[in-house]
Amino acid sequence: MSYAQQMMMILPEIVLAVGALVLMLVSAWGGHSSARGVSWTAVAVLIGAGVALLGPASHGGEAFYGLYRADAFGAFAKLLIYIAAAVSIMVAPRFFATTSGDNLRPEYPVLILLSAIGMSVMVSASDLLTLYVGLELQSLAAYVLASFMRQDTRSAEAGLKYFVLGALASGILLYGISLVYGFTGSTLFDVIAQAYAGDRSLGLLFGLVFVFAGLAFKISAVPFHMWTPDVYEGAPTPVTTFFASAPKVAAMGLAVRVAIEAMGPAVDQWRQIVIFAALASIILGAVAAIGQTNIKRLLAYSSINNVGFALVGLAAGTQAGVSSVLVYMAIYIVMTLGSFLIVLQMRDADGMPVETIDSLSGMSRTRPWLAAALAMFMFSLAGIPPLFGFYAKFAVFSAAVESGLFALAAVGIAASVIGAYYYLRVVKTMFFDEPAPAFAPMDSKVEGGLIAITALVISPLGYLLIPALLSATNMAARALF
Amino acid sequence: MIGLTHYLVVSAILFTMGVLGIFVNRKNLIVILMAIELILLAVNLNLVAFSAYLQDLVGQIFAMFVLTVAAGEGAIGLAILVIYFRGRGTIAVDDVNRMKG
Repeated sequence: MSYAQQMMMILPEIVLAVGALVLMLVSAWGGHSSARGVSWTAVAVLIGAGVALLGPASHGGEAFYGLYRADAFGAFAKLLIYIAAAVSIMVAPRFFATTSGDNLRPEYPVLILLSAIGMSVMVSASDLLTLYVGLELQSLAAYVLASFMRQDTRSAEAGLKYFVLGALASGILLYGISLVYGFTGSTLFDVIAQAYAGDRSLGLLFGLVFVFAGLAFKISAVPFHMWTPDVYEGAPTPVTTFFASAPKVAAMGLAVRVAIEAMGPAVDQWRQIVIFAALASIILGAVAAIGQTNIKRLLAYSSINNVGFALVGLAAGTQAGVSSVLVYMAIYIVMTLGSFLIVLQMRDADGMPVETIDSLSGMSRTRPWLAAALAMFMFSLAGIPPLFGFYAKFAVFSAAVESGLFALAAVGIAASVIGAYYYLRVVKTMFFDEPAPAFAPMDSKVEGGLIAITALVISPLGYLLIPALLSATNMAARALF
Repeated sequence: MIGLTHYLVVSAILFTMGVLGIFVNRKNLIVILMAIELILLAVNLNLVAFSAYLQDLVGQIFAMFVLTVAAGEGAIGLAILVIYFRGRGTIAVDDVNRMKG
């Protein structure tokens, strides 16, 4: 295969990388005044990268001596990542303009773009080295984003916690990688899979456990979830919006690819880990969310809970299971983006952000449309039909049942009832409590439009998308088997 | 004769010390940064030892990548530590508690 053909396969990454570097220069020359222009150009770059996915990037096969794989699975995950990244950039200017005069600095969209490159590389990695470089590029940009509001001590603390635990996770993952490399003699996923198909030595199993522990950190699955609530609460809300959506998809995509492509033959071994992480995430995510008073913390536990459900699909270990994970992640990012878009509207009369759940009291009377939209997202996250979130849960549980994991499905469904409690509490606060002071009016057409779109997708009308979604996820899942 | 096993044992000890350094240390955030470096060095030792044992260069190249990324990681960690210290005036681990729950 010629070099030019291989470069075409990584066209989305090239578009992002060139865009990010040029925008970094623009922001260095232009200073604060260039922030708005850089933001919108960054969104355009992400759209350009999305368009580039139509080419060989979605079906080209292996590139660079097997280090990188351009297939439908990667392309689907990248599409979700770019959408989430673009939304996180679009909601930022208004938020930073209203918080203590700390205007949006142009570094923000540039860092999101750099993180998006890392995530692109992660979901297309077919070698441990590519995996590591992509993961670190994503993480290093994310650490800086978490502590983006330098004057705010909570933001700095969020960055610090994210950095320490993220670096520990990378270390654990790397230790696993070094063992896998040592006992298989290669870092290529294909060769690793052959080694796992044969006699599995103790070293190989240790490597598998360490790699999965590292990946569990990145998707914030229990028992490696402890950083999530603090980081989500402390980081600026647009950054939290980003953390809850794009890196989740990327890390989940990476976990699926490693599980199926590199360690597929050892499915019985990693299934135990995945089942434990899935059930523990679903249960802990639901129980720990009950006492929360901060809406961002509540959504952090909600994301832990949701990762558990997506892992149920992975535990199936079949093509249908992988397809259901992708369906789940696609619907999950729409729900979570919608919820955070509404959290971004929670501002008091002075325009300062408020985050307590109590401040939502009686919102159905002061801001009926916003309350209706948030109620929809909460019902959807709880998996109540006819909203679209129900279909996501239905897909993962039917995949688990098809592979004979009846106990997992039964416990998971029972635990999702606990989860419904805290989602419904938010709805009850909005619709039945005495009104709190009204929020400042929404003054951004962009955010209003995004809320309308996400709400429309989550509404029962979203079911019209199912044929298209299923054909895309099935094609993506086929690429791994 | 020093063989592969010796390297792996040393590396496992270093890795354990690094992880313990993060969780047991209650004093100073700089120590945590040092513990992270220790973990990465344990990994590098592993990679290079395997690379020599397998007569395969990939491990050594991987170690170079790890070293490079570790440098970037250290720089970002220290930068975050500086803005944290500016806001709070302390880098004691027990004071990192504005958020709990």
